[in-house]
Amino acid sequence: MSVLLDVRGLKTTFPVGAGQIKAVNDVSFTLGRGEVLGLVGESGSGKSVTGFSIMGLLEPPGRITGGQILFDGTDLTKLGQEEMRRLRGRRIAMIFQDPMMTLNPVLRIDTQMIEAVTAHRPVSKAEARALARDALGQVGIPSPEERLNAYPHQFSGGMRQRVAIAIALLNKPDLIVADEPTTALDVTIQAQILAEVQKLTAEQGTALIWITHDLSVVSRLADRIAVMYAGRIVEYGDVAEVIGKPHHHYTAGLIGSVPSRNRRGSRLAQIPGMTPSLLTLPDGCAFRTRCARADGDCAVMPELTGQGAHWHRCVHPNTQVLA
Amino acid sequence: MNGLMTSRIGGAMEPVKQGGTDVMSDWAGPPAPIVEVQGVSRRFGRKLDWVDRGLVSVGLAKPPSVVRAVDEVDLVIRKGEVVGLVGESGCGKSTLGRMVAGILPPTAGKLYWNGRDVDTLSDDERRTGKLRTQMVFQNPFASINPRLPVAEIVGEAPRIHGIVRGDRAAQAAYVDEQLLRAGLDPSLKGRYAHQFSGGQRQRIGIARALAVQPDMLVCDEAVAALDVSIQAQILNLFMDLREQLNLTYLFISHDLGVVEHLSDRVAIMYLGRIIEEAPTEEVFARPNHPYTQALLAEVPRIELTRRSFSSIKGELPSPLNPPSGCHFHPRCPHAVARCTVERPRLKSVAPGHTSACHLNDVG
Repeated sequence: MSVLLDVRGLKTTFPVGAGQIKAVNDVSFTLGRGEVLGLVGESGSGKSVTGFSIMGLLEPPGRITGGQILFDGTDLTKLGQEEMRRLRGRRIAMIFQDPMMTLNPVLRIDTQMIEAVTAHRPVSKAEARALARDALGQVGIPSPEERLNAYPHQFSGGMRQRVAIAIALLNKPDLIVADEPTTALDVTIQAQILAEVQKLTAEQGTALIWITHDLSVVSRLADRIAVMYAGRIVEYGDVAEVIGKPHHHYTAGLIGSVPSRNRRGSRLAQIPGMTPSLLTLPDGCAFRTRCARADGDCAVMPELTGQGAHWHRCVHPNTQVLA
Repeated sequence: MNGLMTSRIGGAMEPVKQGGTDVMSDWAGPPAPIVEVQGVSRRFGRKLDWVDRGLVSVGLAKPPSVVRAVDEVDLVIRKGEVVGLVGESGCGKSTLGRMVAGILPPTAGKLYWNGRDVDTLSDDERRTGKLRTQMVFQNPFASINPRLPVAEIVGEAPRIHGIVRGDRAAQAAYVDEQLLRAGLDPSLKGRYAHQFSGGQRQRIGIARALAVQPDMLVCDEAVAALDVSIQAQILNLFMDLREQLNLTYLFISHDLGVVEHLSDRVAIMYLGRIIEEAPTEEVFARPNHPYTQALLAEVPRIELTRRSFSSIKGELPSPLNPPSGCHFHPRCPHAVARCTVERPRLKSVAPGHTSACHLNDVG
């Protein structure tokens, strides 16, 4: 599988007062064509900022301060505004948690979709409209021809998210970055959208980064998982490896916290404490203040170690196999 | 309201006769219901003034559209039980929870607290009765006054209702005790809500609810806004409190994993109606209603291999204009002609297991 995206040592920082918040700290991963990567973490872990960095959508004063984002051989961190603009929406697209971030509430769906096509491709309006109609049909919107004339407020939340996905798919991008797109949706609607996304990425060979806090969604959707904690990837590997034999104690704790993994009514295996502030991280491993296995060795930041398809950032890796 | 107070002392599963001379003894069979709703409905719509009513009655104006948020629902919650109420957005689960907690009056139907019809209670009894059921809300950012210190948020209600008497020191000690029980450091009680994390704020909400010594908590999506690891901490706290205080819970959630873990019994709602109700293990092992079956099939669970998603077709219909007959029939793979015209009633399909589906009548 050829490498489409190669992120190397990405650092994104936000200046705060005299200091710097390292929202993304030395993050590296690769993604092949048609592959699905699940980027998992809790609030403040840097998973969304990683997505925004790839898209070139960081809000100043946040900026990329190190590393490379090689997309099909081009370093995105070196591209200017205009070059990035030409790439976004055509070869890389993003789906947001709130579809109203993508949709303009005062424009009809067809206006917005036609614009997304003609901005990148020399096609007539009629052709663009036909493409838009096909895209709506693809994501499972009934009677797409009529729905093109509707405004965003005339759609339900799940339908709006489908429209946002249809817009992302319009120009057949090589890569889609999806930032918690189903978190706000009901279970049955979430399942419908996941089914569509799974089908479309397989058919079109689109690579997908699915950013989420929900391990159970990515365990079914992704080929590989990267777990982020306090700005760093702490574990990375094939889904079966990471979920079945988590090496990092944070990953093991996350899996243990999911109710359905526990016997009914028993106490959940909880991680003590809370996510530390990025301003006051402990030295070395950021998780050591909450980790049962931590000792003096953890005061030095562990390197990503491992072999083959499974990497972790821990000096005392967990050896227990989770059922 | 001596009866309500003594119920705290009695064990959750104790027979009613040990409950003493309180109102619960009117009920036969243990354990006694703490809350019961019978045929309650709640409609939301514009109120008509006399002009509008006149115009509607002579056919010059259309009757206003009315949302039937809850439509003739029966539910019994017994002492010491955790009842999970599950459904998708707009199904009326929060509205039902608010009616159970007594903060939203039903449009129709009866509500019983400890076996007594709420309509027959005196104002005093009703006030005390309301204190016995407290709510924990989904959004700890919106449900806590940002301009009061935590000590006041937790301490105000017990002081006003005379639950804690004595001087300032006694009241402060009471607040400390409440905070400790919810897993908060009492030295932080001078702080304001914005100085806490989401999980800590949810603990403040729980401490506030418990400060008036309720028998029952209605938790409306109480862990939905929290990160997975924090969610586990709060769920553990709920389970600990249940043991320590003998609490009864109505646990409202869209997350079936959470409900399965916590509940003894589960009721599933669809568009304002309860369509299935059973002990947790029973409903997860043998779901009867096609909607329940679809819902359970789609619970994301951690799996070791990539699997394709499948799903039921269609969206939730609008509660303004729900489908006729069984509300689920347009999405149901097994729907027959009868489903489109006749509302199915909850019928027993196994001991303690009821389901509202016409398919159960066949054969």
